[in-house]
Amino acid sequence: MSVPVLDLQGVAFAYPDGHQALHGVDLHVHQGERVALLGPNGAGKTTLVLHLNGILMPGLGSVAVSGLPVTKENLLEVRRRVGIVFQDPDDQLFMGTVREDVAFGPKNLGLRGPELERRVLEALEAVGMVEYADRPPHHLSFGQRRRVAVATVLAMQPEVLVLDEPSSNLDPASRRELADILRSLDVTVLLVTHDLPYALELCPRSVILSDGVVAADGPTADILGDEALMKAHRLELPFGFDPRFASRP
Amino acid sequence: MGSPHGHKLHFHGHSWLHRLPAHVKLVALVAFMLTVVATPRTWFPVFVGYFLLLFALVAISRVPPTYLAKRMVVEVPFVLFAALLPFVATGPQVEVLGLSLSEQGLLGAWGLLVKGTLGVLASLLLAATTEPRALLAGLERLRMPPLLVQIMGFMIRYLDVVTDELRRMHVARESRGFSARDPRQWPVIAKSAGVLFIRSYERGERVHLAMLSRGYDGRMPQ
Repeated sequence: MSVPVLDLQGVAFAYPDGHQALHGVDLHVHQGERVALLGPNGAGKTTLVLHLNGILMPGLGSVAVSGLPVTKENLLEVRRRVGIVFQDPDDQLFMGTVREDVAFGPKNLGLRGPELERRVLEALEAVGMVEYADRPPHHLSFGQRRRVAVATVLAMQPEVLVLDEPSSNLDPASRRELADILRSLDVTVLLVTHDLPYALELCPRSVILSDGVVAADGPTADILGDEALMKAHRLELPFGFDPRFASRP
Repeated sequence: MGSPHGHKLHFHGHSWLHRLPAHVKLVALVAFMLTVVATPRTWFPVFVGYFLLLFALVAISRVPPTYLAKRMVVEVPFVLFAALLPFVATGPQVEVLGLSLSEQGLLGAWGLLVKGTLGVLASLLLAATTEPRALLAGLERLRMPPLLVQIMGFMIRYLDVVTDELRRMHVARESRGFSARDPRQWPVIAKSAGVLFIRSYERGERVHLAMLSRGYDGRMPQ
C-alpha cells in the first residue's frame, strides 16, 4: 500500500501535570479516505489532534505525515500538510476581514501577489463564502464562520483536513451545508466528533479512541451497529436513530 | 450579529471627511489636541473658534449631531469633577447666583470642561468617520511598531466576542435571580470579572494554537 497520509505509531503523551492522555495510539489514514475519530468527552481526541501538526510532541512513539516525520525542523511543512479546523471558529478567525484571515496561512507559507489572491478566492469558493470576503468575521453567523474557518485551512492546500467537532452548535441546515462542502472536497479528512450520525453520513471508516488507545477501527456502520462495543466506550446513538436504516448519500 | 459596518462608534458615510486617509486624520487630531491643550484658558474667543471648526467638520461629515451627543456621555465623570472645582478651590471668591465660588476654581473648571469636551468631540468625530481597520492601517503608515498595531487589531477583533460573553454571563446571573443593586452582591460581579479574565486568557491561548497551526512563526506576514 502507498505511504499513509497520517501514520501514528505508539503515540503516548502525558501532560506536564502528569495526566496521561494517550497510551500508545496506532493509526493510519490513507489518501482520499474520510475517517471519523469517535470517542466520549475526555478520551484524548483533541490531544491526539494536536499531535498531528506538532503542537504537541509525543512522549513516546512517532507521527509522520505522508512519510515526513513530525519534528521541530519540519514544522512548517507539516502544518501546511495538516490543516486543522478548531472547534470554536472565533479562535480560528482573528484577522479584521475574512479575506485577510484566509490569506494568513498561505502568507506564512511565503505566497504573495496574484497567487495568494487566487488561493484565497479558491478556498472561499469551495465553502461558498466569496461574497463575504471583505466582511469582518465577527459579523457572520456561526455557520458562516465555521465555513470560513474551513476555508482558512483549505487555502494552505493541505493533504489532510482535520476537523474538531465540526457539527457542534450548527443548526440542521448549516450542518447539511457543511457536510455537502466536505463531500465536495478532494482531500483526505479526519473528522473528530461524537456526533455519530454525522460520522455515518460522511465517513465510511471510523476509529474509536477511548482512554487514550484505539479501541476499534472499522466500517462506520459496523461500529455504530455493535451495541456492546458502543456501550463499553460511552458512545450512544441519538434517540430513534438506527444506523441499519439510515440512508446514506 | 452586528450591523454590516464596522463598529458601534463608526457611522457609515461617504463624506469628504470619511474618505480622507486615516493617517491624515490621526495627525490632524493629535495636532488639534496639542493646540487646544496649549491654548491659555482665558482666550475665550479662540475656544469659540475651535468649536466652530469642529461643528463645521461635523456638518461636512453628515454624522447626525445627536449621534455624537449620545456618545459624549463618556465625559460625564470629568464634568462632575470640573463642577466640584469652584467649590473646593481656594483664593479670591466671587458671587454667582448667590453662591460664593472660588475664582481660580471657576477658571479651572472652565478650562477642564472646554478642553475635555473639545477632545472628546474631536475623537468621536474621528471614530465616527473612520473604520477601525482603516485606523490601524493609518497607524501602520505612521510607523507605529507593527507589534502594537497587531495587538490593537486583536483587541478590535475580540472586543465583540468578549462583550458578548460578558452579556451572556450577565443574562445567566440575572436569570438566577441576581441583582447588582445591593452592594453586598458586588463580590459576585468581581468574581464574574475574574472568570471573564480567565476565559479571555484561555481564548488567547487557543487563538495562538490556531495561529501556530497555520504556520505562524512569531511574525505577522506582511
